[in-house]
Amino acid sequence: MRIGLFATCLGDTLFPEAVKSTAVLLARLGHDVVFPPEQTCCGQMHVNTGYQREPVPLVRNFAEQFGDPSIEAVVMPSGSCAGSVRHQHEIVAERYGDAALRTGVAAVKAKTYELSEFLVDVLDAADVGAYFPHRVTYHPTCHSLRMLRVGEKPLRLLRAVDGIDLVELPEADACCGFGGTFAVKNAATSSAMLRDKMDHITGTGADVCTAGDSSCLMHIGGGLSRIRSGTRTLHLAQILAATRTSPHVLTEAAR
Amino acid sequence: MSSPTGPSTRNTFLGMPAVPPRSPYGTGHLRGERAFPEAAQDELGNEQLRRNLGRATHSIRAKRLALTGELPDWEQLRDAGSAIKTDTMNRLPELLEQLEQKVTEHGGTVHWARDGVEANEIVARLVKNTGSDEVIKVKSMATQETGLNEHLASEGITAHETDLAELIVQLADDRPSHILVPAIHRNRDEIREIFLKEIPGIDPGLDTVPAHLAAAARAYLREKFMTTRVAVSGANFGIAETGTLSVVESEGNGRMCLTLPETLITVMGIEKVLPRFQDLEVFLQLLPRSSTGERMNPYTSMWTGVTPGDGPQDFHLVLLDNGRTAALADRIGREALHCIRCSACLNVCPVYERTGGHAYGSTYPGPIGAVLTPQLAGMHGAGDDPNSSLPYASSLCGACFDACPVKIDIPSLLVELRHQHTEESGSTAEGLAMKAAAAVMKRPKLFTAAQKAAGLGRVLAGRDGTLSRLPAPFDGWSDSRDTPAPPKQSFRSWLASPEGAATMRAAAAEGAPHTDDAPEAP
Repeated sequence: MRIGLFATCLGDTLFPEAVKSTAVLLARLGHDVVFPPEQTCCGQMHVNTGYQREPVPLVRNFAEQFGDPSIEAVVMPSGSCAGSVRHQHEIVAERYGDAALRTGVAAVKAKTYELSEFLVDVLDAADVGAYFPHRVTYHPTCHSLRMLRVGEKPLRLLRAVDGIDLVELPEADACCGFGGTFAVKNAATSSAMLRDKMDHITGTGADVCTAGDSSCLMHIGGGLSRIRSGTRTLHLAQILAATRTSPHVLTEAAR
Repeated sequence: MSSPTGPSTRNTFLGMPAVPPRSPYGTGHLRGERAFPEAAQDELGNEQLRRNLGRATHSIRAKRLALTGELPDWEQLRDAGSAIKTDTMNRLPELLEQLEQKVTEHGGTVHWARDGVEANEIVARLVKNTGSDEVIKVKSMATQETGLNEHLASEGITAHETDLAELIVQLADDRPSHILVPAIHRNRDEIREIFLKEIPGIDPGLDTVPAHLAAAARAYLREKFMTTRVAVSGANFGIAETGTLSVVESEGNGRMCLTLPETLITVMGIEKVLPRFQDLEVFLQLLPRSSTGERMNPYTSMWTGVTPGDGPQDFHLVLLDNGRTAALADRIGREALHCIRCSACLNVCPVYERTGGHAYGSTYPGPIGAVLTPQLAGMHGAGDDPNSSLPYASSLCGACFDACPVKIDIPSLLVELRHQHTEESGSTAEGLAMKAAAAVMKRPKLFTAAQKAAGLGRVLAGRDGTLSRLPAPFDGWSDSRDTPAPPKQSFRSWLASPEGAATMRAAAAEGAPHTDDAPEAP
């Protein structure tokens, strides 16, 4: 299957390991991974902060980059970016776009998937052959959980990982407090939410907290790093891409 | 689109339909004094309040989930509630006229109040006409919204709240912090102290046993019920088809207020109308389960006009606009008027849980308040109106949408209000930054260059590879979070590098033998 990989602006720039893992994993599963080189950002930050005119060129660029009919699926390691493509691009196109943009947006929307959705719903692959001998807890990010309704899919994938010690996160469905610019505009409230999330994570004794969104992990990881907790954050893709022959090494250098 | 009219101005009627008025600036309780992030600071620092709130919201949350889970048709009920509300909003003028006609037919009097000021004046005049200088009240969000109690006081009329939590708040000279549990921010030790200080003739040995506290309030209230001739109530529902008004409550104080006095004045927001009597079957299931986590609320009172020899003989219905028509006129915003004030969204909101109700500055706190308040009262000026901070008081986690019994898409409404706010604010530093960011991101070459420049941030990072202090406006973020230094190489430059190409080739080679097993696209 020919898969268009969307790195997301955050993943591409700050968390390339998560995107590399996504690319390697999909290639290892036997698929043709293409990276439209002119891709940049989905525009979610703009829309969520209250700007719908500004992201019009970003929405247009996304639709053009991934509109190629030979691309059968667009996959991204981010629930919130997939949510933006599926729920916000239409709003922006309706309001400020032309007919061509509306058509383009609808076409790309129909083949856009977050990684765990793609693996489980499209590839029907619960076991991707991963090996990760560590204690792991999973945080379901809000947009994966409530915008995309990925539900148990990431957990199905994690349960099938060889060697993993998967532990349940108490109050898992509570927001970590990131919320994009919310963490900047309402930093104190966001910190209070983060503190509770970190208490729950460290309480599990997990080595690793994983999730399907680098943005939430940046928030949680930034907090865990500040308190020197010893618990690391890793994107779900990094766990799923780890194998016996190419393990993910839990050291600082691996970031 | 909202059209700010500025503090306390009134439009002159020139014979052309104008944008419907918002609630006038400076009246009632639809605006706090400080922006949300500042107001939240106080509450965030109040450990007692956070413990009280956390405990209360968690317990209501669990009860609600258990009781909605036991109904096999819960989702269909939500759909039905949503559909009835959509239908109601689509023909609100017609339904209100029908309600007026039916109430009048049954011996009641209907008054129309364009805003809170008019509603307060109407109620004060009606009370004065009875010769009474005090009223008993059963919890009414609408009169809390208009600041009726304060207005009545200025006219020499004393209003006694009879809902236990409202009474606690009133005695403490405090403001409600929750739609349904106005004193949610108080614990029983605090309540005991308030009673000892404010209730005349109370037993000084009163302890903190909830039943004893309730008994003390009951004794105090019973006296008010038996001696006060005028009552002011809110309404959960007004049925257009029959002219029936309804209040649901838990304590029986509503039943007392609605049956004992000679005169009953009900103040109802115009969006509370329902088309048919049968619609109640949907809402009387949705409301108690969503609000208190009960299968049925203990008291459901209904009255239609007046009945000779039974209950109040003089009934007035004040229909309150106060910005509702303005909200209705907004294609997207009108969804907020579907709200039945159950407070389920407050109880699941992680922001409300930590900041409490007062930070929102409005009678309507929490997620729905952050949507409803700016719609009713507007977001004036370029950003210093506290109400313009409300749409940002959310991480957009979506828990409120899942909990809402009438499926109001609160996160989408918040995003829409943010958009309306930035469109009205004109040129701001943030707006320019957003434009600049979009300008970079729409040009892949510039974006790649910016990524390389970001990589230079590594020199600022500490030995652990993180940035611990960031400049304003990101200093709030870096107060409690480290930020990873940008890696040496972006994903795209890795992919374009010999190492990236080799890694992808190797992965493809691993996958190649299994190609036949790999499932194809559906």
